[in-house]
Amino acid sequence: MAAPSENIPVAAPAEHIPAAKRPAEDGTPRLAVENLRIVMPASRRRPEADVVDQVSFTVQPGHVLGLVGESGSGKTTVALALLGLVKRGLAIGGGKVLIDGRDILALSEHELQKLRGRTVAYVPQDPGSALNPVLKVGTQLREVFAIHGGDAERLTQVMAEAGLEDPGPILASYPHQLSGGQQQRVALAMAFACRPRLIVLDEPTTGLDVTTQRRVLDTVRGLCRTYQVAAVYISHDLAVVAEIADHVAVLYSGRLIEIGAASELFSHPAHPYTRGLMRAVPSMESSHELLGMAGSPPRPGNRPAGCSFRPRCEFAVAECELREPAAVAVSDTGHAAKCVRALEVIALSGTALLARDRAVPPAAEPVLTISGVSVSYTNKPVLRDVNLDVGAKKSVAIVGMSGSGKTTLARCVVGLHRDWTGTITFDGAQLPPGVRGRTQDQLRKIQFVAQNPYSSLNPRQTIGQIIGNPLTHFSKVPARERDKRIGDALTSVALRESFAARYPDELSGGERQRVALARALVVDPELLVCDEITSALDVSVQAAIVELLLRLQAERGLSLLFITHNLPLVRSIADDVTVISAGQVCERGPVTQVLTAPQQPYTQQLIADVPGLEHAG
Amino acid sequence: MARRPEAIAVLGRAVRTPRGAVGLVIAGLVILVAAIGPAVAPYSTTEFVTAPFARASSAAWLGGDVLGRDVLSRTLNGGWELLAMAAVATALGVVVGAVLGVAAAYYGRWWDSIIMRAVDVILAFPQLVFALLLVSILGPKIWLIVLAVAISHAPQVARVARAAALDISERDFVKAMQILGIPGRRIIRKDVLPNLTSVLMVEIGLRLTYSMLVIAGLSFLGFGLQPPSASWGLMINENRVGLIAEPWGVLMPAILIALFTIGVNTFTDSVARASLGVGGRATEPDAELALVAREVT
Repeated sequence: MAAPSENIPVAAPAEHIPAAKRPAEDGTPRLAVENLRIVMPASRRRPEADVVDQVSFTVQPGHVLGLVGESGSGKTTVALALLGLVKRGLAIGGGKVLIDGRDILALSEHELQKLRGRTVAYVPQDPGSALNPVLKVGTQLREVFAIHGGDAERLTQVMAEAGLEDPGPILASYPHQLSGGQQQRVALAMAFACRPRLIVLDEPTTGLDVTTQRRVLDTVRGLCRTYQVAAVYISHDLAVVAEIADHVAVLYSGRLIEIGAASELFSHPAHPYTRGLMRAVPSMESSHELLGMAGSPPRPGNRPAGCSFRPRCEFAVAECELREPAAVAVSDTGHAAKCVRALEVIALSGTALLARDRAVPPAAEPVLTISGVSVSYTNKPVLRDVNLDVGAKKSVAIVGMSGSGKTTLARCVVGLHRDWTGTITFDGAQLPPGVRGRTQDQLRKIQFVAQNPYSSLNPRQTIGQIIGNPLTHFSKVPARERDKRIGDALTSVALRESFAARYPDELSGGERQRVALARALVVDPELLVCDEITSALDVSVQAAIVELLLRLQAERGLSLLFITHNLPLVRSIADDVTVISAGQVCERGPVTQVLTAPQQPYTQQLIADVPGLEHAG
Repeated sequence: MARRPEAIAVLGRAVRTPRGAVGLVIAGLVILVAAIGPAVAPYSTTEFVTAPFARASSAAWLGGDVLGRDVLSRTLNGGWELLAMAAVATALGVVVGAVLGVAAAYYGRWWDSIIMRAVDVILAFPQLVFALLLVSILGPKIWLIVLAVAISHAPQVARVARAAALDISERDFVKAMQILGIPGRRIIRKDVLPNLTSVLMVEIGLRLTYSMLVIAGLSFLGFGLQPPSASWGLMINENRVGLIAEPWGVLMPAILIALFTIGVNTFTDSVARASLGVGGRATEPDAELALVAREVT
């Protein structure tokens, strides 16, 4: 793991730990989950279906277990069960959750209420929604202390431990006045306030920028170590888990398919799914081909016979179909995987990644030149004097944290934002600020793909209509020709032509984003502006979309303006990169140069804070 | 995979709920009475059948009214005009209101200010007073009553439509169309309005009951259809002096108006509930987790 940075107060004096709460030395795990099963009870329409089944793991005091899985894998369901909760419509189907040997699933609701907060604490994904917006932070923290009988004098100490060195102004603030990082620290302070035995963290750093994320991760780790708290850290982000976890458990379709020490698991994955996930994660160290996994996980009640992963598995053999594979121990330190070929898979690692050198296209006249662009919202500058070139057929990444102004810049380029000063030149002609002033040709040649595929497709139109919109707007083509071009566009983004008749709510997130890409590409643009197009997607889906984008770029000679906060992704996708901080260009140049030898302190810090699989253990 | 239009899908789901079915049956009965009433009425509305406020008899099943005309025949005849006026006024009000509200939301800036301030001015008048004002100035003409009621609806519809359209106008799929340079009117028609179907259906139901009440109220006050025509509101006014002697002349129209209002409201309520579950996936897990988080901490 990375060394904790020095500005984090990790050290809390040991005398604050009551003697009774010192770690049990007899080896009883702090948390033991045994054969947990959570089901959707049978109804008139369908038989009982398990959402989570055969999940077992243990966590020792002071240790962090990373629970990894993609959306729909059941990781949040497992997390809630650790608090004795189930989502509406689900029920505990069996198994035990033992905290210090006591089964909390057998407790009454009243006993559970006393347990939560004091014995088990929870840190949610979005701290903003867990804090009451109309109460001051101090009021809420004191309430927690009052309910659980903590003494109020320790408040400042807890705050300091959570990295809030000067608690006064924060206690006197309302939640919305705090930054995301501060809110998350308040949530951490609340969680650690009563010295819980177990703490459950549900993606607590999603939505934080890498520097804040790094500080929060260090804080969590330090607090767990100091107070011998066991932690379960849930995340879809392998790199984050690699940073914080001692052990990692991988969930797929409600089953624990691999578990082991973080360093072992990430260096030698033994399950094909884990291996697949790792190959899909972009790396800061090198540009490698990102490999997505075909297909999507089965839904509860719809599992194939035998191994759930078999239909997507490149290692599948006839035996996989016969029965669910048992756990195979692949090392004597507890690393195990539920795969009949685990020992073969583990031997493959190290050759998993295909290195790729992006051939740098020859320098050409820039297609897009942004010079001196500034934007203000009510006198507050959002962008200040931004300069940027996008060369023909090049891929240029704009990197910045949330609030840096990178999305505003994209909106200026596509004409959604009109109130900017400066000049943007496209194809040798100056672009008018708003969409209205631009020619049909300019509008057609610059296309945009938005961040969230769940809001970028009209739910009342079929995929065919959605893709047909730009086509009918720019060219009056006969219906048959239009249908053919819609079909071609779908094929080019690796979707079947039959998708044209479907509606967006029948598609997965990755499929939707492919449709959004098809809509942009159907009119043969020259410049594609992509605003965080993979941030709402799972890592294996992200890999597939990125590879698709790169293939299309090469085939069609597209220029890309790729906006992201994900630095490793930049390595895989871009030729040039521009780092934006607080509305100003901080550093720009070829990707290899900026990422390996950053000149500006801001860029250096940013790169140092990026979590990576390499840091595991 | 062809899909039923959302309006049909929502109505279908609403009808299948007990609440929706009951509401539809009640409202449907009243509509049936009003629609086929004129054809089955035993007497003309102006024929003197019996003595004023005569008790129910085999000749006049519901007795006589203030002038000795058949209450049953007048009740059967007095609904269709009222319902038709209410329907037209509602349609007009919802269309005008929705267009104004959506335009205000989509175009924003000074369009929004002008439209919504105008709306506020009209809203300052109570609905019935506004209609009374127009009718008392220009005289009790049917088209004027319909227009007055429609105008009094439009601002309320506009506010609801604006609120819903504000949300839709900010969605990325609308932005995607704007970037192509597609004109606003087309985006409103193709992308914004289809996503307001449920909201507008609920509005239609609500406004229909209000229309009915306002028009019947105007008749009651003497500003609607003029004697000797039979209209439920007018009947209540004419016959209230004989309420003790022969109550049916007041009760029948009052009951039908009440039933229609209750039926339409009940059905609208079920439409509103049904629309929540159509066209979208289950709610995002975040909301649920936020609740859990609050409970835990």
